[in-house]
Amino acid sequence: MGVDIKFPIGLMFSIFGLMLTLYGLFTSGDEVLYSRSLGVNINLWCGLGMLVFGVIMLAFAWKAKKKKEA
Amino acid sequence: MEMGFTLAWIDYAIMIIYFIFVLGIGWALKRHMKSASAFLEAGRSMPAWVAGLAFISTNLGALEVMGMTGSGAKYGMLTTHFYWVGAIPAMVFLAMFMMPFYYGSKARSVPEYLKLRYDEKTRGLNAILFAVMTILASGISMYALAILMEKVLGWNFHLSLVLSAAIVLGYTYLGGLSSAIYNEVLQFFIIVIGLLPIVFLSMRDLGGWSGMQEQLAPIVTAKGFAADTWTTTWKYTGSGKANPMGVEWYSIFAGLGFVLSFGYWCTNFLIVQRAMAAESTTAARNTPLIGAIPKMFIPFLIIVPGIAALVLMNTPGKEFALPLNEAGQPIYDYTIIMLLKQYLPAGVLGLGITALLASFMSGMAGNVSAFNTVWTYDIYQSYIRPVTGDKIADEKHYLVVGRLATIFGILVSIAAAYLASLFGNIMDFLQTIFSMINAPLFAVIFLGMFWKRTTGHAAFTGLLAGFTIALIHHGLTYPEGADTLVKGGWIYHLFAYPVEMAQNFWTAIFACSTSAIVTVGLSLVTKKIKSDEELKGLVYSLTPKLNEEKVVWYQRSSTLAVFVLAIAAVLTVLFW
Repeated sequence: MGVDIKFPIGLMFSIFGLMLTLYGLFTSGDEVLYSRSLGVNINLWCGLGMLVFGVIMLAFAWKAKKKKEA
Repeated sequence: MEMGFTLAWIDYAIMIIYFIFVLGIGWALKRHMKSASAFLEAGRSMPAWVAGLAFISTNLGALEVMGMTGSGAKYGMLTTHFYWVGAIPAMVFLAMFMMPFYYGSKARSVPEYLKLRYDEKTRGLNAILFAVMTILASGISMYALAILMEKVLGWNFHLSLVLSAAIVLGYTYLGGLSSAIYNEVLQFFIIVIGLLPIVFLSMRDLGGWSGMQEQLAPIVTAKGFAADTWTTTWKYTGSGKANPMGVEWYSIFAGLGFVLSFGYWCTNFLIVQRAMAAESTTAARNTPLIGAIPKMFIPFLIIVPGIAALVLMNTPGKEFALPLNEAGQPIYDYTIIMLLKQYLPAGVLGLGITALLASFMSGMAGNVSAFNTVWTYDIYQSYIRPVTGDKIADEKHYLVVGRLATIFGILVSIAAAYLASLFGNIMDFLQTIFSMINAPLFAVIFLGMFWKRTTGHAAFTGLLAGFTIALIHHGLTYPEGADTLVKGGWIYHLFAYPVEMAQNFWTAIFACSTSAIVTVGLSLVTKKIKSDEELKGLVYSLTPKLNEEKVVWYQRSSTLAVFVLAIAAVLTVLFW
């Protein structure tokens, strides 16, 4: 269909990952906010996880594009 | 118990970005939508992994996520029977034995397969039932979404309904089936990633699996069951009284593992359509197999948190409770929402809510994209305006019809959603009726694929007979304590099942076997109309075998199938 779904998936999760990582960093130490999540800075960890996933997807999309062009 | 929660700006930002991506995918696909086959069949161009994830995502609708988490609290790990025995064998069977005929016959839908294999009337019956059923199902799912948004986020019911319908309409109108499939893949990832924090936090809270087992023991024994009933699967199925589901191992095996699951996975066009959109026969066969891999692990994502919720409910310090309905009973379907509220701070909360919204949309879009295909090819093209012979003009014409059917489908869904909001029981009633349609259909398609003698008259009568028996069985039996006729017993109270689920299993078993007996019997006495030549590619014994010998052993579908079954077996043993 001419559209590689890996690209939007990678892009979206990279954006989400970046947002939550930054939000997690700015709110770190906020005990009220993180009392629900048992004191775990879940935004930071979840954000980093999504960032890694997003970047890997983008890398695959980029590789597929290179291969197609070659 | 107060259900509502307030969202922070970051939660809304995540939600809005997600919607931009969803619509963006539709927009990007718009320029490829030049023909009806591109719009309605995704041009048969999907790689196996994309079709496979979409295959499983269509099934991972919100009603499934909410219902299964609730069942986790109600029945514990017994709920995994819906996965390891109730889905995996059927998915493997579909892949290995049925996909070659669905895909190889070039049928564009399940009803069209029935037309090619049997005759016009069998197709017509199935197409019309399917079209009505999917559109109502889509309406029910919309209604559930709007209610949820109203209760949880305080949004206006009408606004949520129209807004969610508009977004689904937007991307399915623009990009058709491809757009629905691509978005289902996106939805799959957001559902998994959005719900993972709950699994992690609830397990951490309760001290892991063993900590949860310890705390479950007193709660479960107080209910009158053995201490490990909630964390085992087959151990207490020797008698229906020993487990909360009220079912024995043989009715799980026959009802759920065979009739219900094969009826659902192997004949439901909504699901099969994803595999039909694959790029090759091999990809079409691999689609259900690839989908089966995440399917096996979904219980850990949605059932295990449900079990944790049962512990939380019974632990005073946790201040966790489910909202109650008018009768004062806890609404188990809201377990997942209350878990989101319990554990997630702003940020990941937005992700979790987005995951739920995503699962609603994948259900709706799936229904709409299956509806417009069946409507355009099996109803409009067959009975209203047949092909003219001018292929280019036809493709253009049916593209317009497919697009209009998308709009029409969404509008009827909205109407159905309002109907459901007026009559709560209609939902239960329709779901009961739907479950009666699939089981006979499986018998008829199975016989058609594997026995060349099966005739069209026999198939048509078999479908009707199976459906009639299902209705009669439902009318004569009822689950103990049923308070409405919707649950059964509307003819006469002949027999009472301990729980509704047992009744459902046996309705399906009766429907499927009646349909099979009638179809076989009538096939023997009616004349075979279609010649062997016409049935080539549609019936097992008349189709050349797929040759996998040239493929490296680890790339063969059969290898993947063995691998899938082996993991399912290991999981079953681990949680016996």
